[in-house]
Amino acid sequence: MADTVAGASPDHQVSVSPTLEGDPNRRDFIHIATGVAAAGIVGGLAWPFIDQMNPAGDTLALASIEFDLGKVVEGQQVVVKWRGKPLFVRHRTPAEIQKAIAADHEDLRDPATDESRHKPGKAEWLILVGTCTHLGCVPTFGGGDYGGWFCPCHGSVYDTSGRIRRGPAPKNLEVPDYSFLSDSKVKVG
Amino acid sequence: MSGHSTYEPKSGLETWLDSRLPILRFANDTIVTFPTPKNLNYWWTFGAILALMLGIQIVTGIVLAMHYIPHVDMAFNSVQRIKRDVNYGWLIQGMHANGASMFFLAVYVHMFRNLYYGSYKAPREVLWLLGCVIYLLMIGTAFFGYVLPWGQMSFHGAVVITNLIGALPVVGHAITTWLWGGFAVDDPTLNRFFSLHYLLPFMIAGVVGLHIWALHVPGNNNPVGIDVRSPQDSVPFHPYYTVKDGFAISVFLILYGVFVFWLPDALGDAANYIKANPLVTPQHIVPEWYLLPFYAILRALPNKLMGVIAMFGAIATIFVLPWLDTSKVRSMRYRPTIRLYFFIFVLDCIVLGFCGAHSPDDLVIPGVVGPQFLDANLNSFVWLSRIAALYYFAYFWVITPLMGLTETPLPVPETISSPVLSHPAAMPAGAAASPEKRG
Repeated sequence: MADTVAGASPDHQVSVSPTLEGDPNRRDFIHIATGVAAAGIVGGLAWPFIDQMNPAGDTLALASIEFDLGKVVEGQQVVVKWRGKPLFVRHRTPAEIQKAIAADHEDLRDPATDESRHKPGKAEWLILVGTCTHLGCVPTFGGGDYGGWFCPCHGSVYDTSGRIRRGPAPKNLEVPDYSFLSDSKVKVG
Repeated sequence: MSGHSTYEPKSGLETWLDSRLPILRFANDTIVTFPTPKNLNYWWTFGAILALMLGIQIVTGIVLAMHYIPHVDMAFNSVQRIKRDVNYGWLIQGMHANGASMFFLAVYVHMFRNLYYGSYKAPREVLWLLGCVIYLLMIGTAFFGYVLPWGQMSFHGAVVITNLIGALPVVGHAITTWLWGGFAVDDPTLNRFFSLHYLLPFMIAGVVGLHIWALHVPGNNNPVGIDVRSPQDSVPFHPYYTVKDGFAISVFLILYGVFVFWLPDALGDAANYIKANPLVTPQHIVPEWYLLPFYAILRALPNKLMGVIAMFGAIATIFVLPWLDTSKVRSMRYRPTIRLYFFIFVLDCIVLGFCGAHSPDDLVIPGVVGPQFLDANLNSFVWLSRIAALYYFAYFWVITPLMGLTETPLPVPETISSPVLSHPAAMPAGAAASPEKRG
């Protein structure tokens, strides 16, 4: 036993010598470097696993459509499927346009003029994403007190410009990106 | 898992195994000799019922996945094919769809039992939290599963629920697109929901393991809500509770069987027999019955973001319950005042369910046109859900903390055994026995 104790003492002295005092620092460096590398790898790999859920290339490629407006009679709307959602293409009557312009200065929840919701000089064509801005149901054409749309799910009412007038929806029906290719043809998306 | 093990290997093989993988010791300690309070009533059998339901859902689900096709053009038809053409598909699909309802029925009984007997209180807070996590996972699993048949209600339910996230400012839109994998609920959405629907039950099973572990550390609570003080207060789990749970399971299976064999579609929605059509929304969108109370809370508020916050708040509230309750007495048997509020709370949840099932503008009392108040008719389901939602939150955030401070509880028995021993049946003839008047 005495031998063991005697042998242990010099070891103890060695452990506090300056040579080995540098060790903890090198170890800290190794620990931190390993930690950073591991976090970097995990973080770097996390993104592909998150981003794979975003729309894929082919989904994005199919994202625009062309539509012939000749199919829509005045006073009617046609519903087209665009990006998996309904798209309202509404051919407004002069009376409906007047009604929408007249409401421009009323107290609107999501203020927008009627002019800002159609292409210049094309007031008769209203093209909107046909999903209620509340929870995404499809509003019915011509329903509600404002002659625009009425959402059957939770009672949101839109006017003839697709602006929210009553009910739980926070925003106007969305105007998608679109352009007129000719007088009777539009490209949406 | 708590205390010392009483397991003794009975053969050479068992001894050999015990020193390598003590799985028989573990099984013995958890389901055979585990000391259990001797006064557990039938409300305590729902844990075993839930374990069985999870097993049934996993087994039937794996079988259904062998026949189901997660594609927008084929999903609806593949489910109909399972119901009509696959051998015994009608049975397995019926067990799975109705099993979800039975699973929720059992979990609600289990949760209300917890509330009544104060099982969430110290030292069982972690046990309660794990239970809340299981419930949250169940809601997720049920939602993903409901989308898979790709009927009208499946599709538009998915649209409405994923759009809830769109209520978040700034990031909401990006998150919904990410969830959908496109610009609307579509094929990528159906595929990932199928994947997650398959995953979550196994996560539930994992958390159930932790839940049982957390149960076996302090042991079961019991109807009188006081700790086990002596070996006389407990009995071994087997055969006492294996038999009691087994009997309760048998009765529960009768109810389950009634739905599977005689009323397979009673709990579903007729609109889900119409294939999903993104261009037409059903007149009336409702979730399955077990989520109706939360749906009612969502619609009670006129503002979209506030509605979403209230709905998630209703679920978040149950997580913090152990820290809202100020009462030291666990069982409501000895808390006559809050017991009344508790029964109103149970009723309130049912009322919220009714509100969720109705259109917000429907009249509560038909024919009576009530006065308009703020933005809606006072006799409409909007106002009823507002009042009910208010009570829901008040019960947890106001009544529960206040009651613990103001009420005078009845005298609590000294031991689990004393109310049993002082029962007239256990008394010598002629002795006056009235447990209510003791102490």
